[in-house]
Amino acid sequence: MGDTVVRTTAALPRWVVLIAVIGGLFVVVPLAAMALRVDWPRFIPLVTSESAEAALLLSLRTSLTATALCIVFGVPMALVLARTSFRGQQVLRSLVLLPLVLPPVVGGIALLYTFGRRGLLGSSLDVLGIDVAFSTTAVVMSQAFVALPFLVLSLEGALRSVGTRYEAVGATLGAGRWTVLRRITLPLVLPALVSGSVLSFARALGEFGATLTFAGSLQGTTRTLPLEVYLQRETDPDAAVALSLILVLVAVAVVGVAHRVRPLDGAAGPLPFRAPAMARP
Amino acid sequence: MMPRPALAPRRRAAPRSAPRSVARSAVVPVAVLLFTAACGSSGAPAGDAGGPDGAADGSVTVFAAASLRASFTDLAARFEEAHPGADVRLNVAGSSDLVTQIIEGAPADVFAPADTASMDRVEAAGLLRGTAVDIATNTLRLAVPSDNPADIASLADAARPGVRTVVCAEQVPCGAAAARIEEAAGIDLDPVSEESSVTDVLGKVASGEADAGLVYATDIRAAGDTVLGIDVPEASDAVTTYPVAALADASDPATAQAFVDFVAGPDGRAVLGAAGFGAP
Repeated sequence: MGDTVVRTTAALPRWVVLIAVIGGLFVVVPLAAMALRVDWPRFIPLVTSESAEAALLLSLRTSLTATALCIVFGVPMALVLARTSFRGQQVLRSLVLLPLVLPPVVGGIALLYTFGRRGLLGSSLDVLGIDVAFSTTAVVMSQAFVALPFLVLSLEGALRSVGTRYEAVGATLGAGRWTVLRRITLPLVLPALVSGSVLSFARALGEFGATLTFAGSLQGTTRTLPLEVYLQRETDPDAAVALSLILVLVAVAVVGVAHRVRPLDGAAGPLPFRAPAMARP
Repeated sequence: MMPRPALAPRRRAAPRSAPRSVARSAVVPVAVLLFTAACGSSGAPAGDAGGPDGAADGSVTVFAAASLRASFTDLAARFEEAHPGADVRLNVAGSSDLVTQIIEGAPADVFAPADTASMDRVEAAGLLRGTAVDIATNTLRLAVPSDNPADIASLADAARPGVRTVVCAEQVPCGAAAARIEEAAGIDLDPVSEESSVTDVLGKVASGEADAGLVYATDIRAAGDTVLGIDVPEASDAVTTYPVAALADASDPATAQAFVDFVAGPDGRAVLGAAGFGAP
């Protein structure tokens, strides 16, 4: 793998490499500049203050819940998009992936007009005694809304790549639909499911705009880490920088995990037959 | 090695067009840098010559608080009309963001924050030219949705259990003012949300998510029919003052000072008064 990269680089025109380096610096230098501004002697007290700890715990709790929701709803969505075909499927796929490209604040406004007290479903929910305004539930909904496309996209791509040959074989050997799904399809795309979930988690952790618009900001209830960073910046930039660094470290870890888990590399386990026989383009 | 699932694997760019698209995508960050630099610099190089001989016909970059947006847009147009050749550029953001930008070296000529504390920070950094002038005051009022669902008539009503009240967080000026009002009134509001900006408080009230919120009198006036305003007597204990000053590094000091004098003068008073600001 490493050899391949080096050889490809050598074959490129130099100016392409030069521009790529400039682009890379554009991404890396600001992160380094921020790390240089961290007030290291105060770092531990800053990130363990009461408000910071409350924000961090809330962020972890809500992001994990949102990721679980993404898996529960995203896996069936990816299966439907990859394994069925129907009229308007392309349009549906585009709509489902829309939160990926929407500015999050627009997502927040959309959620507000749906689940808010005066929203499309808000009054019906009110009758049922469900009230999401200014609650932690609203935070989880905002995060799931923006994170869901990441899982659907990764999983659908993997489902299309692995193809349906093994599923067909399983079915001809007498496996029912549920057995095929459980014993063949899902194990084949497990690495993509893991990396998609990790990306969804990261997106949920970084959610800011939709939360701010839809859920509000109250310590311990709706003020997640990004909102805490935004607020601390007003009076204590050192605290904002320290907390930002925590988010950067989490992001680095997440990207690392997502890149490690490559499709198929870990799928040898629960397969009903040996994986190396698979077609690799 | 399987194709990466993350991006649509079926539609790859044709090999021939690849180098061009690589170049284009790599050029974007550079273009962003250049664009940002261009936006930051204050000016038409040739036209700025008006400064030294005292005529207010150069360009001036004004860093103004978000609550001054409408008034200063109007004032900028009037100033340009009164001073042919002058060019006013407005950069509008939260006061503390503006302070950070100025201290980090953004090329600002005039600073107009929403509180004296922000001006003090810029003055402490030695970046003021002369002293600041107060141009307006603002007072917090209680905003409720136009149908007033929780039937709020006073600050005490907003503190009732079950009433959803939203305020600014204490870290921002409107939140600090709200805290002083609560103290003066002996009322503990127990808000459902402490927002980072007064705009977010107003948004929660205007959309009906919140039953009441403490916002500036000028915000209620600008919101029109979507919210009702209720006076809070204790708000007189927490009046916010808006100062304005020319900055030490102004590229065209004469035009910068002329703009400060303009907003502090009768034109400024008329426009700010119409927006609901009090006299300093």
